Amino acid sequence: MQKRSRSSTIAFYLSISPWLIGLVAFAILPMLISLVVSFTNWDLISSPQWVALKNYQRLLNDPTFHQSLKVTFLFTFLYVPLDLAGGLFLAMLVRPKLPGIGVFRSIFYLPVIFSGVAFVVVWMWMLNPDGGLVNLALGAFGIQGPRWLMDPNWSLPSLILMSFWGWGRSMVLFLGGLQAIPRDVYEAAEMDGAGKVRQFFKITLPLITPILFFNLVLSIISTFQTFTSAFVATNGGPLDSTLFLVLYIYRQAFQFFNMGYASALAWVLLLIILVFTLFVVRSQKFWVFYIGEEARG
Amino acid sequence: MADFKVRRMIFKPKTWSTIARYLVLVIFGILFIAPVFWMISSSLKADYEIFSFPIKWWPKEPRWQNYPEALSQLPFGRFAINTLIIALSTIIGHLLSCSIVAYGFSRFKAPGSGFFFLVLLSTLMLPYPVIMVPLYIIFSRLGWINSFLPLIVPAFFGNAFYIFLLRQSFKQIPADLEDAAVMDGATTLQTLWYIILPLARPALATVAIFTFQAAWNDFLGPLIFLHDQTKYTLMQGLSFFRGSYTVNWAYLMAASLVVSLPVVLIYVIAQRQFVQGIAFSGRKG
Repeated sequence: MQKRSRSSTIAFYLSISPWLIGLVAFAILPMLISLVVSFTNWDLISSPQWVALKNYQRLLNDPTFHQSLKVTFLFTFLYVPLDLAGGLFLAMLVRPKLPGIGVFRSIFYLPVIFSGVAFVVVWMWMLNPDGGLVNLALGAFGIQGPRWLMDPNWSLPSLILMSFWGWGRSMVLFLGGLQAIPRDVYEAAEMDGAGKVRQFFKITLPLITPILFFNLVLSIISTFQTFTSAFVATNGGPLDSTLFLVLYIYRQAFQFFNMGYASALAWVLLLIILVFTLFVVRSQKFWVFYIGEEARG
Repeated sequence: MADFKVRRMIFKPKTWSTIARYLVLVIFGILFIAPVFWMISSSLKADYEIFSFPIKWWPKEPRWQNYPEALSQLPFGRFAINTLIIALSTIIGHLLSCSIVAYGFSRFKAPGSGFFFLVLLSTLMLPYPVIMVPLYIIFSRLGWINSFLPLIVPAFFGNAFYIFLLRQSFKQIPADLEDAAVMDGATTLQTLWYIILPLARPALATVAIFTFQAAWNDFLGPLIFLHDQTKYTLMQGLSFFRGSYTVNWAYLMAASLVVSLPVVLIYVIAQRQFVQGIAFSGRKG
C-alpha cells in the first residue's frame, strides 16, 4: 500500500510528527545547547561566561579526568569481550532442546531482571569481605579473600567479576542466532568428518558474526556509559579506582555545578563512542559474514 | 509425542556428551542462582547470624519481621506509588506515540521517508549521559525539576527502539485488510485503531512490558531530576538505603527483593514478550 502521492506525503509527515518534535526538543536542541555551554563557565545561577576553548584545555591537564578515562577504557576492553564470550558460551550450552533446558535458560536469564540498583546491591553483599558468600566460600578452602570493592586494587576487577551475572542478556541474542542455523549444515560437516571444535570455528562462528557484530556495537556503546554500578557500589572509590567517565560528568554537573566543564566532558564521551562505533562498523567487511551475499555477487 | 522424542535423544550413543552438558549446566546453574539464594537467606537472618563463619546456609529461625521492618525504615510505599505513576504514564506515552509514528514509517512513502528512517536508527546510539546536562538545563528553565514531568513527557514523543519494533510488526500485516477498510470509508486513524493495533497486540505488549521494566529500573533519570525524598522512586530509595551509614544487610536484602518482585513476576508471567524485547533491542535495562 506504499503509494507515492501528495496525500501520502502529508500522511507520512503528520504521523511521524510526534517523533520529529521529540527529536528536535529532546535530542538536537540539547546537543546544540551542550556544545554552546561547553564553551562557557556556568553554574546555572549566575549568567554564563564565554571562555572559548578553556574547558577543553582544562581536560588535557586534569588528572582526575585522565583517571576516569583509564578506568572507563580498561573496564570496556575487559568487560565487552568477556560479556560476548560468556553470552555465546551460555547460548551454546542451552542450545539443544534437552529435557529441562528451559529451566536453565530461565535461570541464566533471571539476573538480567535484577538490572540496575538491585543487581549492584546483591553483589555488594556477595562480595562483602566479612559476611559475603564469596569470601565465606573461599574461607572454607582456607583462602583469605581480598576486600573486593573496598580495596583500590580489587574494586575494578570486582565490577568485572560480578558482571558475569548479566551474561543472560547476550545469551538470548546469541541463542536466536544459533537456532536460525539450519541443521543440515552440521550434518553435512559431520559426514565430511569435521569434529565439534572444527564445526564451531568453521560453521557456527562465521554464521553468527552478524549477531556478534550487533552485540559488539551495542555492548561497546552501553559499556562506555557505565554509571549505576560505580555510583551505587563504590561511588567512584576507593581512591578513584572506579571513577567512570559518566560518574565524573555527573559529579561536575550535579555536585560541583560546572555545567560548562561537564558539557565538554560529555562531548568527549560522545566522540569516543562515535570513533569506536565507526571503527567496528568499518571493520565488519573483514570479519562479518552475511548469508546470501555471494548470491548477489 | 514430545516424550517419545526426548527418550530417543537420551538413549542415543551421544549419552556421555549429554551427561557432560548437564554437569556443566548444573555447575553454572548453581553459580547463577547462588546470589539469589544468598539474598533470600540473608534477608531472613537475625543480626548475630549475618556475619557468621562458617557459612550459614539458612537461618535457624527465619526472621520474617525483617521485611516489614526494612520497608518501614523509609517511605517505600510512597516510592512505590511514585514509580508506578512514572511507569504507567510512560507506558501510555510510548504506546500512543510509537504506534502512530511506526504506522507512518510502515505505510506511507514520501520524499525523505528513507532519510528519516536512517535518522531514527542513528538516534538509537545517542548516549543519554551526553544529553543529560542540557536536558537538566532545559527542564530547570521550565521549572520541571523535582517533578515527574522530565521522566514522563519525553515518552509521549516516541522512542526509537519501540518505533522500530512496532514498524517491523506492522509491516507483517497484509495491506489488503486496510484497503478493504479504506474502501468502506475508514480514515487513517480508524484503520490504525480498528485494524492494525488489534493485530499487533503481541508487539504492543512487548513495548508495554519493556517500558515498564525500563522505567522501574531506571536510576540515572530519577537521580538527576528528583531531589525531594517524597518524589523518590524505588530504585532511588534502595540506593539511598544502601548509602545510610550503617548498612543493615538483612534489611537491605529484604528491601531489594521486594523492590525487584514486580519485574520478576512480570518476567514469569510474560516471559516470551520479555525475552523478545531484550532480543530485539539488546539494550541494557
